[in-house]
Amino acid sequence: MSQRLKDIDYIGLVLWIFRAFIILLVVVGIFNKIVRGYGVDYTIDDWVDFIGSGLSQGSLYALIALGYTMVYGILFMINFAHGEFFMAGGMTATVLLATPLAAAGFMNDQPILYMVIVMILSMVTAMAISLITERIAYRPLRNAPRLVPLITAIGASFFWQYFFRGLFGGTIIPFPVPEIFEGRVDILGFDFLKTRLVVMAVAIVSLLFLYGLIMRTKTGKAIRAVAEDKDVAALMGINVDRTITLTFAIGALMAGIAAVLWGLVFRQVHFFMGFVPGIKAFTAAVLGGIGSIPGAAVGGLLLGVIEAVAPPLVLEGLNVPGAHQLKDVTAFTLLILVLLFRPQGIVGEVLSEEKA
Amino acid sequence: MSQSPIGRAVRYGLLAGLIAASVSAIGMVETFNERDIITGFLTLGQLLLYSTSIIAGYLAVRTKDNEQLNAGPALLNGFVAGLLTAVPVIILILLTVAFPTIRNSLVNVSPALINALTFGQGPYAGSLILAAVMAVLGLAGAAFHILPEKVEKPLFNGVMATLLVGLFSEVLINVFRPFPRQIVRIFFGTKGIQPLIAIIIFVAAVLITIWWEARGEQRFARRRASLTEEDKQRNRRITLIASAVLVLAAPWILGLYLTEVMDVVGIFIIMGLGLNIVVGFAGLLDLGYVAFFAIGAYMMGLLTSTGELGIAGMNFWMALPISVLAATTAGIILGIPVLRMRGDYLAIVTLAFGEIIRVLAASDLLKGAIGGAQGILKIGKPEILSFVFIQPQHFYYLILAGIALAWFVSSRLRDARLGRRWMALREDEDVAEAQGINLVSTKLLAFAIGASFSGLAGAIFASRLSSIFPHSFNLLISINVLCLVIVGGIGSLPGVVLGAFVLVGMPELLREFAEYRLLLYGALLILTMLVRPEGLWPSQITRRELHADAEEAAREGPQHEDIHPLVG
Amino acid sequence: MVMSQILLEAKHVVKRFGGLVAVNDFSVDIPESSICSIIGPNGAGKTTFFNCVSGFYNIDEGDIFFNGASIKGRSPDKIAKRGILRTYQNIRLFGNMSTIENILVGMEPLLHSGWIASLFRTPSNRREEEEAQARANELLNFVGLTGLGDTLADNLPYGDQRRLEIARALAGNPDLLLLDEPTAGMNPRETAQTTEFIRQLRDQTGITILLIEHDMRVVMGISENITVLDYGKKIAEGKPEEIQNDPDVIEAYLGRGAAASSTIDL
Repeated sequence: MSQRLKDIDYIGLVLWIFRAFIILLVVVGIFNKIVRGYGVDYTIDDWVDFIGSGLSQGSLYALIALGYTMVYGILFMINFAHGEFFMAGGMTATVLLATPLAAAGFMNDQPILYMVIVMILSMVTAMAISLITERIAYRPLRNAPRLVPLITAIGASFFWQYFFRGLFGGTIIPFPVPEIFEGRVDILGFDFLKTRLVVMAVAIVSLLFLYGLIMRTKTGKAIRAVAEDKDVAALMGINVDRTITLTFAIGALMAGIAAVLWGLVFRQVHFFMGFVPGIKAFTAAVLGGIGSIPGAAVGGLLLGVIEAVAPPLVLEGLNVPGAHQLKDVTAFTLLILVLLFRPQGIVGEVLSEEKA
Repeated sequence: MSQSPIGRAVRYGLLAGLIAASVSAIGMVETFNERDIITGFLTLGQLLLYSTSIIAGYLAVRTKDNEQLNAGPALLNGFVAGLLTAVPVIILILLTVAFPTIRNSLVNVSPALINALTFGQGPYAGSLILAAVMAVLGLAGAAFHILPEKVEKPLFNGVMATLLVGLFSEVLINVFRPFPRQIVRIFFGTKGIQPLIAIIIFVAAVLITIWWEARGEQRFARRRASLTEEDKQRNRRITLIASAVLVLAAPWILGLYLTEVMDVVGIFIIMGLGLNIVVGFAGLLDLGYVAFFAIGAYMMGLLTSTGELGIAGMNFWMALPISVLAATTAGIILGIPVLRMRGDYLAIVTLAFGEIIRVLAASDLLKGAIGGAQGILKIGKPEILSFVFIQPQHFYYLILAGIALAWFVSSRLRDARLGRRWMALREDEDVAEAQGINLVSTKLLAFAIGASFSGLAGAIFASRLSSIFPHSFNLLISINVLCLVIVGGIGSLPGVVLGAFVLVGMPELLREFAEYRLLLYGALLILTMLVRPEGLWPSQITRRELHADAEEAAREGPQHEDIHPLVG
Repeated sequence: MVMSQILLEAKHVVKRFGGLVAVNDFSVDIPESSICSIIGPNGAGKTTFFNCVSGFYNIDEGDIFFNGASIKGRSPDKIAKRGILRTYQNIRLFGNMSTIENILVGMEPLLHSGWIASLFRTPSNRREEEEAQARANELLNFVGLTGLGDTLADNLPYGDQRRLEIARALAGNPDLLLLDEPTAGMNPRETAQTTEFIRQLRDQTGITILLIEHDMRVVMGISENITVLDYGKKIAEGKPEEIQNDPDVIEAYLGRGAAASSTIDL
């Protein structure tokens, strides 16, 4: 009998109770909110706004998440510095191109061209930084024990943050938004910020483009092959090093796009802007299913919506004061929950590792 | 990829040049220029800038088989490398001419910087001079490489000794403060050492090295070999006692300011010893370590504060174990969810935990209990009988006691069964489990004990500052502690101490480093992983010293040929 | 003839990975104090079966009994404590620990001393540590690694590493020792030494040994019973002489057609 007691999976039990508790909290919160009307009384417009901004934010997370998921799929490492590729692109493009162009009036004369040029610089910079990092910090350590590339990535992350702080300063830098993107627009009777719509549009196009790239082209096939099995891919004549570099580059390109869109929405860039979005984007990648590109997209959108909707819906229902402050906490908690209870994410492909 | 020597010189030169230009553009050169190493001759900024060309020249001389080139080509390569180092910097200088408003974008490219880069001679003349200077330095670097080792070593030591003394001149000035100012003035300028003294130190170091290489080392080795076991024991004991005396007397030697620095270093040592258990012994990468620091601090605050948030008005000594216990419990609680996670996932989840704690600490949700952004004030100080710990010196001894406790627990456990369990866990979790190790208890013990040290540090920290605010408990502290553990030496107790001195002490002492702290940490982490992953003071060193003979014997055994492919 | 006890009983074990059935309705009985082998072509599921026994994998169907009790679903450390220990196909030592430390870790199933006791070095703790050290040294000598106690496991030559792995497993005083290709990568002399060592080990201590092996000299030389796996299924079982001439076995290894005209040669 005591053997039986010892064999009970206590940890599993504790986790199960925890899971039940969270579900309870969520249910109670929603119930309180909807049925009993706790907290602020939101209109339908408000809710649509929440969801809309959640989707738009989520599409940004999706773009950034692509970099995480692709690199993890190939190297089984979390590229902690990916958020900094995002930041580097955004800051460089803003400071070196967007601000001067805006001052010269070009921004409002040719807003579309302006956005395109700025985005290109952002993408190129992000890509350059990612390639430098991969070449110097990651490649030499590809066969090192697990902790080593992780620590290196963390080091790279901080390095770039403070490097760009040194270059462009530590203050918040405004992102010039073209006039035509100011204001709101009416769709189906609901009001949306123009910038949010632009973000969604560009993000969706980019995601589709990337998906096509990965699925249809030879390059994409190479990437998928290396992600499946590095050794076999090498045996088939694929240049593994170059493919890995390409993967980093593509992820960074997406992050570069996201950075400009971010600037458009939040109207600012600064050297620390990659940290929290980086973690959230990683959360999105895991939520959707790490290693899966559609997963990153789904995870991103889902995270965006949950993050936008949970504070007003659940937290206010639980009488949490200052619920809006806890938006980030929602995302982080979601990360922990996903990794605890469903690490394979929604798409659910288990990237298994051999035990013996 | 060009393997020709000139190709190498070009590549290294341009790479070094990019580094030099970057380092200038981010303002490091200018900031470092404020510190003299040799008064009137060499600033830290100049050292930083010009060392790029010297190193480029040095590295350019190696051929692909690591043979050396002949003198002529070698020097040429060095020259070229140095010259090319100047190119990106000159481009930067010329950019400021072409775009006068460049400072709006690259905020640290100031006129003062350009002035320094061009030796005050204007952009065009200055660039030429810079090119010449760097080319010559590159040449010097190459020359250094081709010198025979007998000459190389003394020169290197001489340079290093001079630079180090110059760098830490401020510390030395502090230590020598009892001496009359005129005498100190002879040796030190306001921030660096006087040129004459620099020369003396250089010459002395060179001579000592030459003597050591020629005679001293042999004599020392002979002396050592002739020592009996008793003698060795006695020597060890004497060293121990001497160090103990030094450590105990330190506050009086170092003075107020330096003792405060030591206090900060000490708190980080305690935390480092704790994280060392989690990361170093057990191999669990915890990025949220600051959470336990915060919990220990807040507990101490809540229990001892005489302000409005204090709940018990306890005295320090009673609150201390409770705070440690709170942190320990938190360690267990935060450890449970991550029990089944590995490597990367574990790291990011602990990071998320740390961030959650930080946000909660400042949130409105907990504001009523722990003060939100206003923090907790009027935290109690330790008292023994009627003596109250107020001065940094007093806290020094308290922190020292904490370090001693943490060290004791760490070393005892490391050499015991639990230490072996941790290390097996770190080496190969699955095999460890298959050998009968209960992963749950092993991991939770690591988290718990590691957290307890952090809580201890936090409690002392809170008491020392008398008031705590949530913004001081951020990710940067976790990263700080992680860096010092890794750079000092994963799993090594002396490594943690060394790491703390280097990574926490130096920025405190040399404010210029503090400004670029995280940049340097990041670079240092990467460098450490690339070049010396075992850290500055590896944990094997102590072991290896004691068992050098056994290693020799083992390595002489026959090496098996390649494993033949399995029949399949 | 005395019927010895069956120490390990696998009954209709099935283990799947997604669509692949790695172990397919596998049953085997391992008598106490015997030396038995599992052989089969690469990928036949042998190591997977070991992983099931040692607890790394949860089996999908069937059951495994050890000393009469089911070990299905038990965690590896519990299984180790019950007396099953193993070595690995690709050597998995604790590389950054010394030889003696590896063996000390191996003793975990037998150690009881708590961490608080070791903090204060209580008499019982000290005693246990001393005994453990002494026993570890004995084991060190027993497997032929005398004098290498403080060498880092990574620095040992290959043959010694294999021995250390066995010593580590033995340290836990197992009733059943699983050896996964113990002679892989060895030259004939070393193979013979290892084979003899395994036999002596069993003779002196009565331990039960289950081998996975590819080297037929070893298999035929010391096994009392051989089980043959192919594609996860048992295709033959019996004494060495029987297996050598079994056409199914020959076909599995050498392909169809070879069966007609071959035996498996030593």
